[in-house]
Amino acid sequence: MSTATPMKKTWLTPFNIIVGIILLVGGFVTILRFTKGLAGVTNLTDNYPWGIWISFDLLCGVALAAGGFTTSAACYIFGLKRFHSAVRPAILTAFLGYSLVVFALHYDVGRPWRLPYPFFVQSGTTSVLFEVGLCVFLYLITLFVEWVPSALEWLGFKKPRNVIVRMTLALTIFGVVLSTMHQSSLGALYLIAPSKMHPLWYSMFLPLFFFVSAIAAGLSMVIFEGTLSHHYLHAKMDKTYLKEHDGVTFGFAKGAAVVLVVYFFIKIVGITLDNNWHYLFTGYGAWFLFELLGFVALPAFLYAMAVREHNACLVRWGAVITVLGIVLNRFNVSLVAFNWQLPPAQKYFPSWMEIAISVFIVTLGLLVFRFIATKMPIFYEHPNFREHVPHEGEEEEAPEFVEHELKPHPQSLGH
Amino acid sequence: MKRRAFLSLLGAGGAACLLGQSAQAAGPKEFPGYPGSFGVLFDATRCIGCRRCEAGCNQVNGLPAPPEPFDDLSVLNKTRRTNAKTYTIVNRYDNIPGAAGPVFRKNQCQHCLEPACASSCFVRAFTKTPQGAVTWDGSVCVGCRYCMIACPFDIPTFEYGEVISPRIMKCTMCWDHITAGKLTVPGCVGACPVEALVYGKRADLLRIARGRFAAFPGRYLDHIYGEHEMGGTNWLYISGVPFKDIGLREDLGTTSAPQYTSGALAVVPIIATAWPALLVGVYAIHRRMDKVAHEEQVQAVTQAVAKAQEEAAAKLAKAKADAAADKKSAIEREVKKALEEAAKAQTEEDK
Ligand code: SF4
Ligand code: SF4
Ligand code: SF4
Repeated sequence: MSTATPMKKTWLTPFNIIVGIILLVGGFVTILRFTKGLAGVTNLTDNYPWGIWISFDLLCGVALAAGGFTTSAACYIFGLKRFHSAVRPAILTAFLGYSLVVFALHYDVGRPWRLPYPFFVQSGTTSVLFEVGLCVFLYLITLFVEWVPSALEWLGFKKPRNVIVRMTLALTIFGVVLSTMHQSSLGALYLIAPSKMHPLWYSMFLPLFFFVSAIAAGLSMVIFEGTLSHHYLHAKMDKTYLKEHDGVTFGFAKGAAVVLVVYFFIKIVGITLDNNWHYLFTGYGAWFLFELLGFVALPAFLYAMAVREHNACLVRWGAVITVLGIVLNRFNVSLVAFNWQLPPAQKYFPSWMEIAISVFIVTLGLLVFRFIATKMPIFYEHPNFREHVPHEGEEEEAPEFVEHELKPHPQSLGH
Repeated sequence: MKRRAFLSLLGAGGAACLLGQSAQAAGPKEFPGYPGSFGVLFDATRCIGCRRCEAGCNQVNGLPAPPEPFDDLSVLNKTRRTNAKTYTIVNRYDNIPGAAGPVFRKNQCQHCLEPACASSCFVRAFTKTPQGAVTWDGSVCVGCRYCMIACPFDIPTFEYGEVISPRIMKCTMCWDHITAGKLTVPGCVGACPVEALVYGKRADLLRIARGRFAAFPGRYLDHIYGEHEMGGTNWLYISGVPFKDIGLREDLGTTSAPQYTSGALAVVPIIATAWPALLVGVYAIHRRMDKVAHEEQVQAVTQAVAKAQEEAAAKLAKAKADAAADKKSAIEREVKKALEEAAKAQTEEDK
């Protein structure tokens, strides 16, 4: 679809072949899902009503899309204006991330056309899931509005664009409030079932754990995506973006290091308050320590080292490990710790078709991101809508951006 | 700049933690159940594991016929759970220390006084009826299956094989049949040949249970399972062997499910009101500081400019003065020179 291969060249690049296969298989499983029901494609059981479509697509998806609210809050509320050029890519990723979360839910729930029911037909306000749903719904709209200026600039509509840009602060605050609520509520979903959760992962602080770790995940994802985009979408970036890129990388690394340390300590506090230390000497304890030391303490340390030594490569390692750690944590809470008392034979393991759908959805996200990032002003400021205020000591430059339309950088293809 | 941002982040985060904690401590009052609500008492010392209750339930609720007929007792060799085609199952528990032989227990929805399923459903599909039954309304259910995550007794099941309208399936305490007057007692209760099941008002059932404890000393454990478990249930159990040995968890506690989430939900309005105020405050501080910084910068620039101008003026004046002095001395020099020359000429003439 968005593979803008130059006409002469063949379509059969390795990238296109892999994407093509993923899309085909995804389409096939989609048909199965909506003709044979959930039983036709998933390994879900009455004991395991939630599988990887919730663990990965919902829990990880939302946590990893936290870059949107963390970046815009850092820039617009906490006054860190040097992160300005990172806001647009982060908002776009968040918007796509949340759209895909909602899209994926259509596969998972039994009657997807009823997804608006909680808001428009009958509301179960005592349910944590209601809060999650409402906040995600409102936040998706907020992200859409925050993203719209990019599209309007692309289309050249000045007036509506300026109206929205003037609402930036209000939108940012709204986004932070909604994010705080639903990021933490995703953890709160499991509060209702203490008897089914392993004590090491169950705590009344679950909402706080989810919220704090989502901030670390969001910051790390911005770094991670920045690296990837730098590689594949370099031609689309303007001077400001490139100049600020290093500052963003190290600034976010510093932030992530602090957040991870905080996260590490509140996890320890959680264990101490519930007096769960003795569980650490069991198999589950080893797994818990693996997560806490290998995927919280280690990346915190890497980030701190990287900032000290100004080592961008180390920052990237920190980001990758943090992101993996969040995925591991969400899987641990929702699949490993959940129903830990069940005999192994009754435990859930995803079918290949469930995995195929998750891969399919991530692929769709990447394609749409690339399409938008190569067409609209995401990594650069539109020459007619420049807002970037040069830093002190910096000379005001004429917009030196060169239009690359329909002529993508060769690196953005064939990978 | 950096330090300031960090400190304000820290302050904001700390406030959020404090709010979270204090709200978690508060919880709703205990709900003793609807007065006069009905329930069922199951007596494990009477149950013979004949599966007639399963057959009775299957029949009154029009559920599909199982692969093995209900008089096939070999299915008891495996421990089963409720599923989308079975509202109730009987399990056999062997080798219980202190028991003469196997003990059987029927399982189905416990009809909790404060049901986890009802509190977790985001479309309020479940209703705790004043008569005691917990019912489910298929006209709003989205099929999210959070109720199945929430139920501590693993009761609700889902029709995974249905494409268009998969339903949540669980025991209804035969509420619809009884309110419609088709039945006077639930199907399973009516089918039991040994009166291991008694249907009645919950308060009466508790009395009956205690009466049996008194009438048959040593036969029962002095505990009615469901009187307080998970905040209390309308289905009650009495037994001669520990409840954990017949598949009833003893570690559930007496806190009702909704209380586990009430703290987190109570924080919501606090976040919704305090958070924006806090964020606007943080923003205002930064704006103010930026403004001050900007003003300071402007002032510094003006001062610098003024100073430069002053210096330039002074320099100019000095240059002018110097130039004037130069000029003056030059004139004087010239005059002197001229005078000297004139004097010289004079002396030469005089010679
Ligand atoms: S046993 Fe489960 S399904 Fe039945 S009322 Fe209680 S929470 Fe709901
Ligand atoms: S599956 Fe249906 S009944 Fe259960 S929580 Fe979701 S919407 Fe409610
Ligand atoms: S009360 Fe009715 S629905 Fe429930 S197990 Fe008995 S017969 Fe089945």
